[in-house]
Amino acid sequence: MAPPLRTRRTLHWIAFVVLLVAAIGTQTAINGAFERFTPTQEVQWVRSPGVMRRLVLGFNSVAADIYWIRAVQYYGSTKLSKAENKDYGFLFPLLDITTTLDPRFNIAYRFGAILLSEGYPNGPGRPEDAIALLEKGIRESPNKWEYYLDAGFVEYWWHDDPKAAADWFLRGSKLSTAPNWLQPLAASVLAEGGDQVAARVLWTQLAQTAEQEWMRRTARTRLQQLDAENVIGQLQPIVNSFYDRANRFPTGWDEMTRAGLVRGIPLDPTGVPYTLDPVSGAVDVAEESSLYPLRRGL
Amino acid sequence: MTAVLAIARGVFKDSIRDRVPYNLVFFAVLLMAASFLLAQLTAGQDVKIIKDLGLAAASLMGVLIAVFFGIGLVAKEVERRSIYSLLSKPITRSQFIVGKYLGLVFTLIANLAVMALAYYGVLAYLDWQTPASIKAGWEAAALDPMLLKAFALIAVELMLVTALALFFSTFSSTFLSAALTIAMYVIGHFSDDLRTLESFGASPALAMIGRGLYYAFPNLSPLNVTAAVVHGQAVTAQHMLLASGSIGLYVAVLLVASTLIFERRDFK
Repeated sequence: MAPPLRTRRTLHWIAFVVLLVAAIGTQTAINGAFERFTPTQEVQWVRSPGVMRRLVLGFNSVAADIYWIRAVQYYGSTKLSKAENKDYGFLFPLLDITTTLDPRFNIAYRFGAILLSEGYPNGPGRPEDAIALLEKGIRESPNKWEYYLDAGFVEYWWHDDPKAAADWFLRGSKLSTAPNWLQPLAASVLAEGGDQVAARVLWTQLAQTAEQEWMRRTARTRLQQLDAENVIGQLQPIVNSFYDRANRFPTGWDEMTRAGLVRGIPLDPTGVPYTLDPVSGAVDVAEESSLYPLRRGL
Repeated sequence: MTAVLAIARGVFKDSIRDRVPYNLVFFAVLLMAASFLLAQLTAGQDVKIIKDLGLAAASLMGVLIAVFFGIGLVAKEVERRSIYSLLSKPITRSQFIVGKYLGLVFTLIANLAVMALAYYGVLAYLDWQTPASIKAGWEAAALDPMLLKAFALIAVELMLVTALALFFSTFSSTFLSAALTIAMYVIGHFSDDLRTLESFGASPALAMIGRGLYYAFPNLSPLNVTAAVVHGQAVTAQHMLLASGSIGLYVAVLLVASTLIFERRDFK
């Protein structure tokens, strides 16, 4: 004879609780017993943007969003990783797929170009890929003067080529949508060449006109880097004058302060002390500063 | 016409009693709300991601409802044997087919309207909590009425999927009908490629077959205006009319074909 309904229900409840506890216990045991598998090398299963466009069956926009999120996360996690050899190899393919799925994904071109051109180890240091991405954006939206501005930025900042930069700005300024400051900017870049003044004009324009907060933030960081470069330019001769006096470089800022050459430990615009190499006497921003590394060769 | 509407009303009431569409609509609404979380993972693209994901959720859930309810429109009546009592009444088989079709289309439009309301609700919240300085950088306003054009074309797509499901269910099993409808949906999104097979290295004969298939199968690509409306691009009235008109003709063809096949079936 079957047990009464009440007893059956109680038994079911007991079984439910016991099985649930057992399942959780087993899961905990598994977590402790096995090391989580992490692939040594990431794999991008679909590399062809055209194939991906067909695979998503009309859900192009949402697939582009997913790829964009993946690109940003990939860049961020690679940048923050402790690996000695940071590999940003998938960044361009991810951005390429993103912009093929949604050819008008403005931010993917603009932010993507910044990420691609960022120098190693903060980025892949691939300005030529950044230009290629922006050229793709121009093919899709020929009236976007912002892409010409960004390409000029890349040429000026990362390739140190004011002529090529001015050429991009001039081409952009001919568009009916372009702002009236783009043409004078081209002239300014050509006139100033590698001077910091032109760089400051470029980044100030971006800081004021960028649509997205992160782009404005990037521009502000670049301006702070320029400030830091200026300060380093002033500090370096002072350090050299110590060498002229003592025939050796100072051991640090404390010694410089005691010698009366500086008033205290000099701080970069983010509040982190500049470094002073006692062997070479080189002044630089500290690795822990968000301004590190400074662009070289300006 | 009265008979058609009576059948349509019956289908509508049946689907309202069914819990499955509610669950799917609820899931779509949940997905729209969850897009807020997804938007946090990226750099300054929340409004685009929320718009894209909401439209994709509405379209996907709509297609699921259209397929799985569409294939049961005729099959259920046959399984339950209620088809005998229905056809003994003074209604023609074409009225039966059109009534069943319209009933599910009304249901889909009602579901889509609920999803559109939820979608605008989520976007209104985003609009309310976003500072004006950030909104100035948006390509289109959060509550852009142009988004309704995307919803309208999703409705047209669902009308076609329903007609396909109904058509296949008049002569095949429910499983096969679902598979064939989904296959047609997939082909509909590939049909632009069918027209340009020669660019993939196909022989002239194969390219001609491809072009023939392109015109035989409905092309669903023009119905996808998500990217355009999300980026604030214009979707012209002409595009809307041509895309809807072309699909409307395919729907009519499918309904006539469904009636022809259904009329040949013997339920005596």
